[in-house]
Amino acid sequence: MTEASPSGPAKAPRVGLFVTCLVDLFRPNVGFAAVKLLEDAGCVVEVPQAQTCCGQPAFNSGDRKDARDIAEQTIRALENYDYVVAPSGSCAGMLKKHYPELFEDDPVWHGRAERFSAKVFELVSFLADVLGVTSVEASFNGSVTYHDSCSGLRELGIKGQPRKLLKSVQGLELKEMKDPDVCCGFGGTFCVKYPDISNKIVSEKTRAIRDAGAGTLLAGDLGCLMNMAGKLKREGSAIEVRHVAEVLAGMGDQPAIGEKAKG
Amino acid sequence: MQITSPTFKDNAAKALADAQLQKALGNVRAGFIDKRQKAADALPEFEALRDAARDIKNHTLAHLDLYLETYAEKVEAAGGQVHWAETAEDARNRILEICRRLGAKTVTKGKSMITEEIGLNAFFEEHGVTPVETDLGEYIIQLRGEHPSHIIAPAVHLNKEQVEEDFRRVHTHLDPSRNLDEPTSLLGEARAVLREKYFQADVGITGANFLVAETGTSIIVTNEGNGDLTQTLPKAHIVVASIEKIVPTLEDVSQILRVLARSATGQDMSVYTTFSTGPRRDEDPDGPGEYHVILLDNGRSAMLGTEYQEMLRCIRCGACMNHCPVYHAVGGHAYGWVYPGPMGAVLTPSLVGVDKAGHLPNASTFCGRCESVCPMRIPLPKMMRHWREREFERNLNSAVARYGLGLWAFFAKRPALYQFATGTAMRLLGAIGKGKGRFAALPLAGGWTRHRDLPAPEGKTFQSQWAERQKKMKAKAA
Repeated sequence: MTEASPSGPAKAPRVGLFVTCLVDLFRPNVGFAAVKLLEDAGCVVEVPQAQTCCGQPAFNSGDRKDARDIAEQTIRALENYDYVVAPSGSCAGMLKKHYPELFEDDPVWHGRAERFSAKVFELVSFLADVLGVTSVEASFNGSVTYHDSCSGLRELGIKGQPRKLLKSVQGLELKEMKDPDVCCGFGGTFCVKYPDISNKIVSEKTRAIRDAGAGTLLAGDLGCLMNMAGKLKREGSAIEVRHVAEVLAGMGDQPAIGEKAKG
Repeated sequence: MQITSPTFKDNAAKALADAQLQKALGNVRAGFIDKRQKAADALPEFEALRDAARDIKNHTLAHLDLYLETYAEKVEAAGGQVHWAETAEDARNRILEICRRLGAKTVTKGKSMITEEIGLNAFFEEHGVTPVETDLGEYIIQLRGEHPSHIIAPAVHLNKEQVEEDFRRVHTHLDPSRNLDEPTSLLGEARAVLREKYFQADVGITGANFLVAETGTSIIVTNEGNGDLTQTLPKAHIVVASIEKIVPTLEDVSQILRVLARSATGQDMSVYTTFSTGPRRDEDPDGPGEYHVILLDNGRSAMLGTEYQEMLRCIRCGACMNHCPVYHAVGGHAYGWVYPGPMGAVLTPSLVGVDKAGHLPNASTFCGRCESVCPMRIPLPKMMRHWREREFERNLNSAVARYGLGLWAFFAKRPALYQFATGTAMRLLGAIGKGKGRFAALPLAGGWTRHRDLPAPEGKTFQSQWAERQKKMKAKAA
């Protein structure tokens, strides 16, 4: 996987994992799936303790000061790795696209944020685009449908990569839903600030998911997944919901999101 | 018009409960998105044209004073008159003066969002002038006493059956047993009724999609041809346009026109693209005797040089709202003023104040689909976020939201404390939620659990498990 350089074999890339707050708190399995995928691809993975959240709740609420404080903390914790990888298009988009924007008027931190952002990638696109991974060693017995989360799709151009890797999972059948690129209505604090509108949007989404006829829903962002899982469960649907990394890592046997442990 | 943006939440709740409206909003999703995509895909240089269109407008805005002056000189050289209007009130008064001087009783109107912005119809009625909307959609909503719910499809919130009902109610001179089942029969009837009005009108008012500095020309694009009859038949043609409609040259217009209709309706070009320069000349077979342009500022020059300047590139194609999940859910009227959807969420606070329109830039998931289809590449989510920043600075958001955010930020900035606190909380929450794997209700989470379950956390946080793993690996290695 790693190319040999004239001075001998290249060193394994050191990856700092940005876990994301939702994975850390609600779904650690996704974090471990990310670690497995990265280690299988030849990376050395470390998880600095000095990370919390990417700062989006502050940034998107207009609180630039707290957003900057949190961004500085995140940059300090992760800037010395070869790469910074997050199992979320939304959080990776924040680190990669919005951190430099936050420091536009700060001559010191702007450059630092730009150098940092050049190293940041979302997990699946990092595997496919940077490491050149074309297949994974995993099996999954059943059909899945994949939702394109907005930030990953429109800020980072993630669309083909997860589908390509999913096709290499043994036993997995991909059934596309209608309009997989339309927002699920999560939107961070939007879903609790405007719950009725969010509900209307997620209801359209769950209809498309149900119509796809797949047994499992996958996506690359835990916020969207919790929103869609919460709605599907409220509707009494048996469709299971998982993060795409869990399936790609062959760790899709955990209880699905919003499901109790079996047995 | 009266602004109801402060009650956006209530407006939205009503819209969500309105079955007729919800049915009609399905047409927005079905009618615009695929057509735009097909038109964009069919033109290899579409993306490059978007860049060119953006650059033309950026250049124009950087030299707006120069181009406005050039434009005004050219209009006057062609025999027209330019009236500078700083406010909506100025614009209304100038228009009324012209109408009074000409003794106008009836005024026909082509589709114009600027005349909505200045509340012209209501003003006319207060002053004994009868405005007649000639665009089919505008005509329908005028009959209903409503405002447009979309900037290019003003009656998109209505279904065919509602329009039939309105026509039967108003067109009482026609045979009550006539058949109006088909949309084409509704169109035919509106045409016949409006044809009379064109001849009665003393003044015709249109908006403008572009004002060309090079020639002093105003341009409108329409699909019904109503704009042409509105502006050529009466004694005077009044163009009401805002200052950012300026483009330097005809060549620039022809570039931007190539992205306008494709982004709006998926057409290569609108059916009619009409160029008007000055009043009727002696050798012209027809045309208005007078040609006036009302150049409206109404807050726009104050946007120049601010983080909202890019909004002035907008060409009013409506693509942003056509692709907006929030607009799809609640429709245009919920936004509470003239401009709905993402462009309205940026423009409305600029024109009426964020204290009144603060909900609009907040009611967005930041999904980014609007920016991805905007032909002028306006960074709409970024500008909505800037409005949230202005609100935050001025303490305009709710005390509960600020308190919650402050508490969260306190922990998020202290990793060790954060990990201790969240580790404890998640273990507790995980233990409570273990039985079902999710919560149907939870204190303080009503916004979430009103409509959906909350998946329970696994229990131990990733960070605590990772620390254990590291410890074990160290022990193994030792």
